[in-house]
Amino acid sequence: MTEPLPTPKRKDPLGRSTLGHVPPGLRSRAATEMATYAAQGRFVLQSCDRCRSVTYPPRDRCPTCWGTLTWVDQDSGARVEAVTTIRHSTDNFFRNHMPWRIGTVRLDAGPVAIVHLHGDVHQGDRVRMTLRLDRGGNPALFAMPKEETPNMQDDPQLRCFTAHPKHRRILVTDGRSAIGQAIARALLKAGAQTVFLGDADPLMRYPGKAEIEAQEGIEPVSLNMTDSGSVQELAAQLGGRVDIVINTACFVRPGGVAFGAKLSDLQAGFDLGVLGLVRLAQGFAPAMSARSDDGVNSAAAFLDILPVSGLSGQFGYAGAAASAAARLSLLSGLRGEMQQTGIRVLSVLTGPVDDDWHQDLPQPKVVPGQLARAVVHALTEGQEFTCAGDVAKDLFARWQANPLLTMREENR
Amino acid sequence: MGLQSPYEGVAICAPTTVPYVRFSPESAHWWAGAALQSLAQTTGLGPADIDGFCFASFSAAPDTVVGMVQHLGLSPRWMDHIPTGGASGVMALRRAARAVQCGDAEVVACVAADTNQIDSYRQTLAGFSRFSQDATYPYGFGGPNATFALITDNFMRQFGVTREAFGKLCVAQRKNALSNPLALMNKPLSLDQYMSARPISDPVHLFDCVMPCAGAEAFLVTTPKKAEELGLSSARILATIERHNAFAEDSVQFRGGWERDREALWQRAGCRPEDMHCVQVYDDYPVIVAMQLADLGFCEKPDLSDFIAANEFTISGSLPLNTNGGQLSAGQAGAAGGFQNLTEGLRQILRCPLGDRVQGAERALVSGFGLVNYDRGVCTGAVVLERQALR
Amino acid sequence: MTRSPLTLLAEALADRTVECIDLTNTLSPDFPVIVLPAEFGQCAPFRMEKVSRYDDNGPAWYWNNISMNEHTGTHFDAPAHWVTGKDLPSNTVDAVPTQDFVAPVVVIDISKEAAADADFVLTRAFLEDWEAQHGEIPKRHWIALRTDWYKRVGTPEYLNLKEDGTHSPGPDGSAMEFLVHERDCVGLAVETVGTDAGQAFHFNPPLPAHSILHGNGRYGLQCLTNLDKLPTFGAMIVACPLKIEGGSGSPLRVIALVERAPA
Repeated sequence: MTEPLPTPKRKDPLGRSTLGHVPPGLRSRAATEMATYAAQGRFVLQSCDRCRSVTYPPRDRCPTCWGTLTWVDQDSGARVEAVTTIRHSTDNFFRNHMPWRIGTVRLDAGPVAIVHLHGDVHQGDRVRMTLRLDRGGNPALFAMPKEETPNMQDDPQLRCFTAHPKHRRILVTDGRSAIGQAIARALLKAGAQTVFLGDADPLMRYPGKAEIEAQEGIEPVSLNMTDSGSVQELAAQLGGRVDIVINTACFVRPGGVAFGAKLSDLQAGFDLGVLGLVRLAQGFAPAMSARSDDGVNSAAAFLDILPVSGLSGQFGYAGAAASAAARLSLLSGLRGEMQQTGIRVLSVLTGPVDDDWHQDLPQPKVVPGQLARAVVHALTEGQEFTCAGDVAKDLFARWQANPLLTMREENR
Repeated sequence: MGLQSPYEGVAICAPTTVPYVRFSPESAHWWAGAALQSLAQTTGLGPADIDGFCFASFSAAPDTVVGMVQHLGLSPRWMDHIPTGGASGVMALRRAARAVQCGDAEVVACVAADTNQIDSYRQTLAGFSRFSQDATYPYGFGGPNATFALITDNFMRQFGVTREAFGKLCVAQRKNALSNPLALMNKPLSLDQYMSARPISDPVHLFDCVMPCAGAEAFLVTTPKKAEELGLSSARILATIERHNAFAEDSVQFRGGWERDREALWQRAGCRPEDMHCVQVYDDYPVIVAMQLADLGFCEKPDLSDFIAANEFTISGSLPLNTNGGQLSAGQAGAAGGFQNLTEGLRQILRCPLGDRVQGAERALVSGFGLVNYDRGVCTGAVVLERQALR
Repeated sequence: MTRSPLTLLAEALADRTVECIDLTNTLSPDFPVIVLPAEFGQCAPFRMEKVSRYDDNGPAWYWNNISMNEHTGTHFDAPAHWVTGKDLPSNTVDAVPTQDFVAPVVVIDISKEAAADADFVLTRAFLEDWEAQHGEIPKRHWIALRTDWYKRVGTPEYLNLKEDGTHSPGPDGSAMEFLVHERDCVGLAVETVGTDAGQAFHFNPPLPAHSILHGNGRYGLQCLTNLDKLPTFGAMIVACPLKIEGGSGSPLRVIALVERAPA
C-alpha cells in the first residue's frame, strides 16, 4: 500500500521554493507521436502494417520485416522482470525526486520496455501498463498495480505524472453555472484543499449560490474574465497559492456565419472564451510555473473546458465553434510554453451541454456531473485530452480518423 | 559458416596509454594528439609515416575521423571511425588488421581518445542514442548505472550470483591496480568496503561503477616486417569475433554475442579458455565481467559463483583478470575504455605492463562490450592475442 | 457697467457661489449595466485594456483602449434609442441640438417612497400633489428623480435583481404624459440604471419613460449620482454626450451648477 500523502504544511517563508525542472526532453519524432496517444490516456505501441509485429522503443520501420509502422492500442498487461531503485542521477528533475524506481517489463503485446514503477509494484508482478505524459509533455510508460491498492494515487512517483486534486488549491473560474458548481464539488470530494470559486458579478445572485458558498472548502472570489483588471487583481492575490486552474467560463450562443449570427454575441464569446483564456494564462501561468515542483501541493495544471466543435466547426453554432477553435490553438501554444516549466495544460472537450443555449439540439447532451467526472479524470490521470460525453467522444474519434470529413459532417 | 581466415602478416605493436585525469578542460582532439605523440615517441613514426588511421571517441563532436585526420595533419590512404564504445578496441583491431593484411595500409594507428569536461558525462548521456533518448534516460536518468542495475538484478536472481562474488572481482581488480601507477583508484579496497558502499541504483553500489575520466589509448597495426624494421615487439592475432544485437529476444540481457560466437573463436584460435595467461574483459560493471567469463567459455552461468570462489583474479592468481585494474580501478576514459583492455593485454604478452607482470604470459584474451543503445549492450567482440616477437 | 450673464457666471464659479457638482458615477469594469432577458443582445460593460504605461509598449506615455456600450455607466439616451423615436429628426447623439446640453433641472424627491417600496411608481397624481406643495414644474427643465438609489451602487440592491426581474422606482405612463406634454420637460434624469421602473416591462403601456420620452424627442440621463445635493429648483445640468455618428446614446460626464446660499 501507499503511505497517504501528508497534508502539506505552510511554507517556510525563509526557504527557497524548489525550482520546477522537467525530465530530459529530447525525443524522436516517433516518440513525439507516441505522446499524442499518451495525451489521450491510450496505451499504444507501434505495430507493423505488414507483419503486424509489435515494437518498442519507437522506431521508424519494423525491425522484423522493415515494413511501415502504425500506433495501435494494445493489451496493457505486462510482467516485471527486473527492478532497480535509482539513488543517483545527474538530471535535475530526477535528483529532486530520488529515489526513483524503474523496471524492465515484458509486455503482453510482445516487446520489452524500461518503465516507471508504482510503489506497489515489485519484481515478478503482473502489472497494468499505462502510457502517460511526463511533466515535460513527453510519453512515459508507467506500470501500475494490477488491482487497486490503498491510496494508490498518492504514490509520489505517480503524482509526478498527474495533477491529482488531493491537497491542492484549485481555481474554478466560473462558479455561477451548474457546471462550475458540480466541478467544484467533485474536486472537493477528490481531496482538493480549497476551491476558489470565481464569480464574474458578485453583485448578481445566481442559482445555487447560497448552497455552494456555504460548503466547506469553497472560497468565493471575484473574477471576471472579460476584465483584465479583475483577472490581474485575483492573480495578484492568489497567484502563489493556486495549484490548478480550471476554466469553466464559456459563452455559447446559437448562430451561423452569414445567417442568424450576432456580431455582438460573437464579440462577447471571443472576449470571454479566447481573450479571457489569454488573460487567465497571463495572470496565473507565470506564478504557477515557478511552483511546478513545490512539494505535495505543487502547481500542476491549467485545465480548459471547451466545446469539441472547435475541432470541426458546427452548423448553427459557428461562433461558439470558432471561439473554441481559437482556444484550442491558444492551448496548444500555452502547452508548449508550459512544458518547459512542468505545468500540464489539459483540455476537456465537451459536446453540447444541457443548458439554456442548447435547447434546440437533440439529446445526448452533457450534464454537469459528466463534465465534473471528466475534469477529475483529466487531473487524476494528467491527461491532456479528455472527452466529456458521447458526442465529444464520437466527434473526436471521427476527427482523428478524418478531419476534413468531420468538418463537412458537422457543418451541414 | 566456415572458419575465419587467419590473420597472417599482421603485427600489433606499441600499446600506448596517455595517463588519465578525472576532469580535463581539453578536447578529444587534444587527447588524440597526445596519444599520437606518445605513439611517435615509442615508434619514431611521424605523420607522414602513418598511412592508416582508425579512430574512436564519444566526445569529438562535431568531428569524426575525417575532422581528426585534418586536425592532426595525417594523410592516410585508409581510415575508419569506430562508434562501438567499449567494443571499439577489438573492432578497430579487426578492421586495421584486415586493411594491413590486404595491403590497403601498412602502418595503421588505432587511437581512442575522450575528454571529460565538467558536465560532459551528463551531456553525453542526454544525447547518447535515439532509443536511450526516447526510452531509457527519461526513466530516472540513472544513466548506465540504472540500466546495468536492471541487468544485475536479473542476473543475480537468475544465476544465484551474490554481491560478494561481484565484490571479489572488484577487490581483485583493485589489487591489480595498486601496481599500476596510472590507475586513478590507488587505494586498497576491501570486501567489507565494497559491501558497505552506498547504493547507487540497487543492486549496483558505488564500487560496482566506473569513474568517468579523460584519457587516450593507442596501438599500432602493421606488418611483422615493418615491426621488425621499427624494432618493435609485436603480437599476432589468433582469432577474433564480433557480433551486434544478439539475443534481442531476451527480456533482460543475461548473455552477449560472445555466447553465439565463442566456438568459432576458440576453434580458429586453436586453444581453449584455460590456455589464456591473462584475460582482459570489458568491465563497466562486475556483472558484465561475470557474463563475459561465462559467455566466453570459462564456466557455465549457473556455476559462476563456484567459479569465482575457486579462482584468484589477481596478477599472480589462477586467472589474472584486468591486470591494469580495469576501468573499475583505472578509470573509464570514454571510448578509450574500449581500448585499454587491448593495450593491457598486449603489454602483458609483450612484457611491458603498466604495473606488475603476469609471469610467463604469452597469450591473452581481450573482450569488448559496447554501447548500451537501449536496455543492453549491443556490440560484443573478442580477440585472442599471442606474442609474436620481443624486441 | 452691466456685466454679461457669462461674466457673472464666471465670477460666481470663481468665488464658489456657483458650485459644480459631479453627477457622474465612475466608469469602471464592475459598474453594473442594464440586464435584459438573455436571448436579447446585451449591454457591454466598461472595459479597459492598457496600451502602454511607461513601459516597452510606450516608454514615456500611458494610455488605454476602452470599450463599452453607448448605455454603460452614467449615460445619455437620445430619442433614437427607442423605437418610438426612430423617425424623429435629429434623434441621434451627433444631431441633438447642442442647446439642450445645458438646461435647468427640477428635483423631485421620492427617496422616502423608494426606500419604503423599491417598486414605487411615480404617477401623475403624485406629481400634482408635489406641485401643490412645491409649485409648478417649469417648462424645458430636466426632471430629476431623487431616489437616493446611487447610494446602493456597489451592492446587489442597486440593480435589485430578483427572480421576477429588477425592482427600482420609476414613472408610469400618466406621469410621463404629464411631464412631456404638460410640462414640456427636456428629459428625465435618474439615479437608477434606466429611466423606467425596474418592473416597467409589465406596465401598461410598457416602459413608459423610454417610450414617451423618446417618442417625443426628449432625453434620458441614467445612473446619475448626488441628486440629493441639488436644490429642488434652480440648478443647471450640463450634459454633453459624445458626438457618435448615428449614436443612440453615450456615456458622459454630467455636472450640475448649483447656487450656494450667500453666507
